[in-house]
Amino acid sequence: MWIFDLIILVFVVITAFISLQVKDLLSAAMIFGVYSFLMCLLWSGMGAVDVAFTEAAVGAGVSAVFLISTIFRTSRRSSD
Amino acid sequence: MIITGLLLLQAEKDFPDWGDTSSPANSYRLSQHYITQTLHETTVPNMVTAVLADYRGYDTMFETVVIFTAGIAIIGILSVIGTGGNREQFEPKLSEKKPDLIIDTTCRLIIPIIQVFALYVVAHGHHSPGGGFQGGVIFGASFILLALARNLQTAQAWVPENRILNLAGIGIFIYAGFGVAALFLGGNFLDYGVLTKILPGGVEDARSHSMLGVEIGVAFTVTAIMFSIYSSLASNGTMKEGI
Repeated sequence: MWIFDLIILVFVVITAFISLQVKDLLSAAMIFGVYSFLMCLLWSGMGAVDVAFTEAAVGAGVSAVFLISTIFRTSRRSSD
Repeated sequence: MIITGLLLLQAEKDFPDWGDTSSPANSYRLSQHYITQTLHETTVPNMVTAVLADYRGYDTMFETVVIFTAGIAIIGILSVIGTGGNREQFEPKLSEKKPDLIIDTTCRLIIPIIQVFALYVVAHGHHSPGGGFQGGVIFGASFILLALARNLQTAQAWVPENRILNLAGIGIFIYAGFGVAALFLGGNFLDYGVLTKILPGGVEDARSHSMLGVEIGVAFTVTAIMFSIYSSLASNGTMKEGI
């Protein structure tokens, strides 16, 4: 079981790093959604089902839509 | 960034292990009380919801107010500064968007299912994982899906833009209404036990029903705020023509 947790944790770190580093903001928003979903898996693995549910609904679902709709209205490239 | 990470890793050594029964948070009598007494005191099997909506109801009420304030702030900022910029560039191509057969049929099938599931999450939040926040987000997401699949006007036919903040206010009003009702019946603010005078069942059932009531209030606010944030983000604050 801890191997499963370790794999998810490694992917969480990778996705967090990539979503901060990538220049294309649309990719960053999508990878942030992936990050949220992996966090949701970690929460549910620890038995915190309520938190996992919130993370899946808010983090992976609605906030990704908010970010993408904002990118659609502004610029897709990051300046820094 | 690396220095902050190292500092956080240093601090993490002081944390108790996961599932450590002798850690301060677990050995203190308050959490013991929540774990052992929640079912007797409130008849609510999901102790997360019981702590959230009953024992710490004051906290959750102002959490709802925070969401309301955040929504108002986003709508206010975007309606002032969002109307300029590259608006003309988008509008011609938006009006010629035709409904796609596959997307339209899928949405027709899936939106009722999403909404029923959201209502289940709200209504069953004190028996299984879920509650007002999650259910409200899912319900708001169904309207966002409608706005994405068709256009913003179609979704706003169901949730008119000028009434949406009233809907959010009604949610907080329901939540605070339960608190004030408890106050009038001789208890403390948000002390649901005294509501047994007007709700059916005993004291425990009154607390369970009141939790359901405040979850419905939270769901109202979260649904309205989620959809209004989306519609003002997608329409540059005008709430007229979206993506």
